[in-house]
Amino acid sequence: MAETKITLEQVRHVARLARLELSPDDEQRLRADMDEMLAYVDKLNELDTKDVAPTTQVGEAGTPMRDDEVTNRPAAEAMLANAPSRERGYFKVPKIIE
Amino acid sequence: MASELNKLTIAEASSKLHAREISATQLTRDCLDRIAAAEPRLHAFITVCEKEALEQARAADARLAAGNAPALCGIPLGIKDIYATRGVRTTCASRILEHFVPPFDATVIERLRADGAIFIGKTNLDEFAMGSSTENSAFGATTNPHDISRVAGGSSGGSAAAVAAHECLGSLGTDTGGSIREPASFCGVVGIKPTYSRVSRYGVIAYASSLDQVGPFAKSVRDAAIMLRTLAGKDVRDSTCSARPVPDYERALTGDVKGLRIGVPREFFVEGMQPEVEQSVRAALKNFESGGASTVEISLPHTGYAVAAYYLIATAEASANLARYDGIRYGLRVNAEDNIALYETTRAQGFGAEVKRRIMLGTFALSAGYYDAYYLKGQKVRTLIRNDFERAFERCDLIVTPVAPTTAFKLGEKMNDPLTMYLSDIFTISVNLAGLPGMAMPCGYDSNNLPIGMQLIAPPFAEEIILRAGDAFERTGAFKPRTPAV
Amino acid sequence: MNTEAYEAVIGLEVHTHLLTRSKIFCGCSTTFGAGPNENVCPICMGMPGVLPVLNRRVVELAIRTGLAAHCTIAPYSIFDRKSYFYPDLPKGYQISQYETPICKGGYIDLPAKENGEARRVRLTRIHIEEDAGKNIHHENASLVDFNRSGVPLIEIVSEPDLRSAEDAGAYLRQLRAILRYVDASDGKMEEGSFRCDCNVSVRKRGATEYGVRTEIKNLNSFRFVEDAIDYEVGRQIAIVEAGGKVAQETHLWDPTRKETRPMRSKEFANDYRYFPEPDLPPLVVPPEMVEQVRASMPELPADRKARYVREGLTEYEAGVLIADRGVADYFEATLPGLKNRKSAANWVMTEVLRIARESDRPFTEAVPPATKVGALLLMVEAQKISLNAAKTAFAAMVKSGKGAEATIAELGLAQVSDESAIAAAIDKVLAAEPAKLAEYRAGRDKLFGFFVGAVMKAMGGKANPTVINQLLRAKLAG
Repeated sequence: MAETKITLEQVRHVARLARLELSPDDEQRLRADMDEMLAYVDKLNELDTKDVAPTTQVGEAGTPMRDDEVTNRPAAEAMLANAPSRERGYFKVPKIIE
Repeated sequence: MASELNKLTIAEASSKLHAREISATQLTRDCLDRIAAAEPRLHAFITVCEKEALEQARAADARLAAGNAPALCGIPLGIKDIYATRGVRTTCASRILEHFVPPFDATVIERLRADGAIFIGKTNLDEFAMGSSTENSAFGATTNPHDISRVAGGSSGGSAAAVAAHECLGSLGTDTGGSIREPASFCGVVGIKPTYSRVSRYGVIAYASSLDQVGPFAKSVRDAAIMLRTLAGKDVRDSTCSARPVPDYERALTGDVKGLRIGVPREFFVEGMQPEVEQSVRAALKNFESGGASTVEISLPHTGYAVAAYYLIATAEASANLARYDGIRYGLRVNAEDNIALYETTRAQGFGAEVKRRIMLGTFALSAGYYDAYYLKGQKVRTLIRNDFERAFERCDLIVTPVAPTTAFKLGEKMNDPLTMYLSDIFTISVNLAGLPGMAMPCGYDSNNLPIGMQLIAPPFAEEIILRAGDAFERTGAFKPRTPAV
Repeated sequence: MNTEAYEAVIGLEVHTHLLTRSKIFCGCSTTFGAGPNENVCPICMGMPGVLPVLNRRVVELAIRTGLAAHCTIAPYSIFDRKSYFYPDLPKGYQISQYETPICKGGYIDLPAKENGEARRVRLTRIHIEEDAGKNIHHENASLVDFNRSGVPLIEIVSEPDLRSAEDAGAYLRQLRAILRYVDASDGKMEEGSFRCDCNVSVRKRGATEYGVRTEIKNLNSFRFVEDAIDYEVGRQIAIVEAGGKVAQETHLWDPTRKETRPMRSKEFANDYRYFPEPDLPPLVVPPEMVEQVRASMPELPADRKARYVREGLTEYEAGVLIADRGVADYFEATLPGLKNRKSAANWVMTEVLRIARESDRPFTEAVPPATKVGALLLMVEAQKISLNAAKTAFAAMVKSGKGAEATIAELGLAQVSDESAIAAAIDKVLAAEPAKLAEYRAGRDKLFGFFVGAVMKAMGGKANPTVINQLLRAKLAG
């Protein structure tokens, strides 16, 4: 029986990082799923990639750049149209406590 | 007698529209009628845009009458519900965007609109393009038009099925690990994933940014070429989009494969494949040889590692791309006392199980202490896979493989074990990792009347080779399309 | 508490808005003060499906800043995603630069201390990133405005080379001056376009290892920076002296209670999960681009100062004038036509800066336009008015906003150089003071001044003193 790749504690930590609320059932299922996936991706360790450069971005190097011009006109209504909660032109959220 | 203009190909319909033998309005009505009849069993559409489509048809007819209209003018298309369409809800088949109405169009939507194409509706998909069967849609699965007890494939299942069932003449999908090619294969239609960066991703709701690509579904290779010609090309709004000029893809369809060297990778003909799939693809290879092409066995040694590399890279990028769904500016919001709870419950309730799985895996792959072992490792293996193809293309012009190890599986068959589902992408995924163009087209049927697809892969920006070879295969008549059962 | 035994070690991270018209990744305006969510589009609001496109000016200004700070400009750098959740961060990640910033190394020289000791503060790096939106806190909700989301920032990180709050203040002032000189930033801390975080630790004097450091965030005035550092250094020394350990924490400065206190558990604390931004290809900066930027850059303060000295000012005068770019520009705008630079330098340093200091308005609003002052100085140089008259006129110009000629005319301050008029006045004065004239002739030279004063008084203060001197000497000699 292969060693566990991820513990319940780690699952909870990752869920917190990803802002996902998990029920105890969810946690168990996800732990099992992630465990299976992580065991599977372990096969990548069969490959020696010490001297291999990662492919971090595809396509040609060189960020295309645009001119410093204001091309957008104010359209607050359109931008707020999908807001689940709004007040006087702002998006409203529960009070943020520093 | 009902007219069945919806059964035409784009090329045929376009010709008749320009000759004013048929009207865009009649063509659109026929599609809408077919949709009304087939949808209860097929469920390919999330939103049908009847009113908008008929308005667009009216405008198209006026344009066609005036003369000089583009090839796609008046052609009804299905649009995967992952493309932002101004004023029309765009859900990504997710509860978290169930009521989201974008205030802008994706670039490719703008281009199709400018050509006078008609958007007949938004098609079903696996939620946020994560899946291989469209069973992960929050609004129900799409069935396979050839057998409604089976899946249409995914994640662009709705777009593939809609074309196969003649609900529209062409459609748009996206392909990140096979999401155009696999459903094309399962549904018996043509589907292209162009070279990464060939088509603008602006307005395409992101799953995995370095892998996602826009592509068409169509009834023939010619139709796909016509669509690709409009879709492809530089877009200043997408910094990863190539400025390379776009050839007139239709002109590549010379019908000639003499001298074409076709590579056949030994790693793609493996244990556990459905024997009829292998037979059908090998028969197609013989067919190419009769046309004057030659085949050579090649090796893509790192093929077996592609799924693992993909599921680290794609999920990592997805975990960041989906961080914006927080109930603040748009989408579902589950009210809460504090912001952490707002995020956690909104996302827990808004995302389906597969999406959550991938977000979790991706977050973990990037997290402190694991980045090198997982994400970085995945990107290094990606380099090895790209190199495999580069080496292979020194010895051949085109690579031909099966699209999937099997034909369409039964609904529910692979839902219990995610890994089993992931492995159905085994032949398509490495093409995304390498950023190459790949096309799926039907080459046979199995004993259950289910379509079998073959995949044509070319070097970067060599879509013309793929289109030429695919079109030539169609012309031999070796493959005879059957009417879907639905 | 034995503070002498300890040394403070301070490093500063400054975030500043770059002076661009549009945002870093979209065409929205960066203007301050628009109504909520007016300068916002699908891109800077993080709508589904959007993609970033880089503003060229951002790269140019980052390069300018790097050149001004003697950094190495990276020919190849990468953007990264920095992930955390916060209501003002629309995408749930910030596009920044992590392992490969656009500028590395570099240094900023501070004005020498009184004892002549030079101070050089090394920089670690400068990188480009986007700003987040703003939260406004109400009683039972917070309101989010994304106007600021996507405004371009550079982050300038110093090595921990600073040793005191005073050093830190000097560094910030110098950095801000440089940024203003190259037009990269307006450095307005109060408007939030120049923000500073401090890293503070202490160690025994002579030690080489660093102590545990705390981070003090979001200080928005130079004063707060200095006070906070002083407080924190004291706090840490007290802990260490008592045998305790300083905790690695993030603090906020409370300006009313004048103390630092730990922030609540930073929810977005540590794991930013950086990875290369797949939507932006690597940033390539060829040598030609760097040279282009260098050629188009406004003059740096050090170069400007050297030029002033070459042109005839003293080190001290040049130093005062270049301390603020606005003042140096003002000085140069008074010069056209003027032969005597020093008089202009003097005037700016004394009269103009005095008015500016007394006013609570920004420099350009508090003082008369430079061209008007230049005109005034030209009149002095042409001997049309005396220096005293000029001072009177200047005071009036500050209030009225009128030009030099108009003011002189209005107040009747024109200087009289007419020789016959002055000669007549001299004659009158000498005729009226026979006794003093005799004393002068007998050898009391000091009375020359008395006669000059009397002539000036007789002419209502408007006579050209040089002419009086000349003619009086002639008359007395003869």
